Amino acid sequence: MTSDLLSFSALAPAYPEMVLAIGTVVLLLVGVLAKRDQYRAIAIAGVVLLAAVALLILFQPADGVLFNGAFIGDGFARYMKVLVLGGSAFALILALPSAAENGLDKFEYAILVLLATLGMMMMVSANDLMSLYVGLELQSLALYVVAAIHRENAKATEAGLKFFVLGALSSGMLLYGASLVYGFTGHTQLDEIAKVLIYGERSIGLVFGLVFLLAGLAFKLSAVPFHMWTPDVYEGAPTPVTAFFASAPKVAAMALTIRVVMESFAPVTHDWQQIIIFLSIASMVLAAFAAIGQKNLKRLIAYSSIGHVGFALVGLSSGTEIGVEGVAIYMAIYVTMTISLFACILSLKTETGYVETVDELAGLAQTRPFVAAMMAVLMFSLVGLPPLAGFFAKWHVFLAAIQANLFALAVIGVLASAVSAFYYLRVVKTMYFDAPVLRFAAVPGELNTIMAITGFFIVTYYVTVGAPLANFAHNAAGSLF
Amino acid sequence: MTLPLFFFYVFSTIAVISALMVISSRNPVHSVLFLILCFVNSAGIFMLAGAEFLALILIVVYVGAVAVLFLFVVMMLDVDFAGLRHGMLQYAPIGVIVGLILLVELLLVAGGFAIAPDIASSSVVPINPGIDNTRALGQVLYTRYVFVFQGAGAVLLVAMIGAIVLTLRHKQGVKRQDAGVQANRRVEDAMEVVKVKSGEGLRG
Repeated sequence: MTSDLLSFSALAPAYPEMVLAIGTVVLLLVGVLAKRDQYRAIAIAGVVLLAAVALLILFQPADGVLFNGAFIGDGFARYMKVLVLGGSAFALILALPSAAENGLDKFEYAILVLLATLGMMMMVSANDLMSLYVGLELQSLALYVVAAIHRENAKATEAGLKFFVLGALSSGMLLYGASLVYGFTGHTQLDEIAKVLIYGERSIGLVFGLVFLLAGLAFKLSAVPFHMWTPDVYEGAPTPVTAFFASAPKVAAMALTIRVVMESFAPVTHDWQQIIIFLSIASMVLAAFAAIGQKNLKRLIAYSSIGHVGFALVGLSSGTEIGVEGVAIYMAIYVTMTISLFACILSLKTETGYVETVDELAGLAQTRPFVAAMMAVLMFSLVGLPPLAGFFAKWHVFLAAIQANLFALAVIGVLASAVSAFYYLRVVKTMYFDAPVLRFAAVPGELNTIMAITGFFIVTYYVTVGAPLANFAHNAAGSLF
Repeated sequence: MTLPLFFFYVFSTIAVISALMVISSRNPVHSVLFLILCFVNSAGIFMLAGAEFLALILIVVYVGAVAVLFLFVVMMLDVDFAGLRHGMLQYAPIGVIVGLILLVELLLVAGGFAIAPDIASSSVVPINPGIDNTRALGQVLYTRYVFVFQGAGAVLLVAMIGAIVLTLRHKQGVKRQDAGVQANRRVEDAMEVVKVKSGEGLRG
C-alpha cells in the first residue's frame, strides 16, 4: 500500500486544494468564534484566499498523478482551476453590495462558496470515478444550500428544494453509470479504463454506463434535455447566487465532461460523439426559441446559459485537440461575460428592489448611460458579433466542428445563434428606444470596477487577451492528448 | 441449490419486497419499519459476500441511528404523508410502464452482459483472505483512498454547515442563561443598600 503522505513535497500538485481547504476551515472558525456576524470581512478574506490559490496555481505549477491515481495535476486542470477560482471570487465580490437585501449577510455564504470551489477543483483534477463523484457531490451539496440560503424567501427555498431533488436524481444516474463502467472494465481510474477499451472490444453494457454517466454530467451542465431545473433555480435563487451558479460550476462540469470523454472514452469516440452532438444541437435550438418568450431577466439568462453550453459542446463534439482548445477559450469568455452581465443587473437598484424583468430596463440609456452601454456591448458579445469576445468564442468552436467535418452541426449552430440574436437585441431595444419609467440608485463602486474591467477585455479581446488566452488554451488542451 | 445461494435468494427477495412496501404503505411509520427490514436483509447479503464489516456498519449506523432518527422525524412532524402519496397511486401506472420498458431494455443488455471476468483478481486492491475486513479497510482508507476520504469529510462538513444555516434561528427576546455574565456579576452591580426611614416606606 503506497502512500503519498510520506513526504510533503510529493504533494506539490495538490497544494492549491490543500491551501484552499485549510484556509476555508480557518475562515469558518473565525466566523464562528467572532462576536458579531463578520460576513463582509469573511467574504473579502475568501476572495483573497481564492486569489492566493490562483496565484499559487499560476506561478508554482506542478504536474503529476497523486493519491494512487485519484488526482491529476496537468495543464488542462490548471487552466480550468484558474477559471473556476476567478468565477467564484468575482461571484463573492458581486454579492457584497446587495448582501442584506438578498439574505446573504451571513458568513456561511462565503464559506459555502469556498467549499463549493474546493469541490469544483476536485472535479477538474479528478482522475478516478470515485474522486470525480466526491468532488461533484461536494460542489452540488454546497450549491443546494446556497440556493436556499435566503430562507425567508419562498421562491429561494423552492429553488433550493427543486435543485436538491433533481440534483440527487442526476447523481443517482451518474453513480449507476459509473458502476456499469466499473463492472465492464474492472477499473475506476480514468486512464486505466481507456487502456481496457483500447484492447478489449466495446460491450453494450459499457455504452449503457457511458450514457448514464453523460446524462448525469449533462444535468450538471444544464444541457437539454436535462435543463428543466435551470430557469426555475436561476429565477428563484438570489441574484448574486445565480451569478455564481452561471459561472464557476459550469466551467467545472465542462472540464469534468471533457476529461471523462477525452481520457477514458477516447477509444470509443464514435459512441459519445453522437450523444454530445445531440446535447449540443438540442441545447442551442431549444434555448434560442424558449428564451424569446421570457420576460424575467434571470430566466432569460438561464436560457442564454443553456444555449452557451450548447455552443461550447459544439467544440467538444469534434473530439479533437483543437475542439478542446475551442471549448477552453469559450468557457473563459463565457465566464467573463456572465460575471459582467450580473454586475450590470446587480447595479440596477430601484426604490422597490432590484431589477427583475426586461421591461424594467426601459430607457436605461437615458438614466444610466454607462450601464446601458455596458449591457448593450454584452448583448452583442453574447450574440457573437465581431470584434467582441463572444464572436471569437463561437469562431473557435465552429472552426473545430468544421475541421472535424461536422458541417450540419456548425450550420445549425450559426442558425441558432441568429435566432438568439432576437432576444438579446430586444434587451438593447428596450434600453435604447423605450421611454424611461424607473429611477435607479447610485451604482456601488466595486460593481463599476468589475464592469469596467470585464468590459475592457470583452471589447478589446482581439488586441489584448486574445493571443495569450489562445496560447494558454492550446497548452491546456495539449496536456490531454 | 447450495445453502449460501438459498440464503442469498431469501435475503434479496425480502429486501426487494420490503423496499416496495416502503414506498407503497400508507402509514409512514410502517414505511420506516420496512426500511429497517430492507437494511437488515441487505446486511445479510453483505455478510454472505464476506463483507462482515460493511454488514455490521449497515446495521449499527443505518438501522441503529439513521432509521431511528427517521422514525422520530416521522412521528414528530405532523405531515400528511397519506395526502402527499395520494397522487402517487394515480400516476403509478405510467411509472410502471416506463419502468417496464427500462427493465426490458436492461434485460436486452443483460444478453450481452459479462462483468469483466478477472475483476476480483485484477482489482487495484486485491482481496487477501488472510486479513479480516476491518483491518483491510483500515489499511487502505488512510493511505490509498486518503484523498477520497478527506473529500468525503468535506462533504460532511458542508452538510453540517448547511443544516445549521438553513434551520438555526436566533429568537429575539428569549432569556438565555449565560454563565460568564452570571459569574462576572459583582455585589455592587446587583445589590443596593437603602436606608428606609420608618413610617415612609420606599418611593419611586
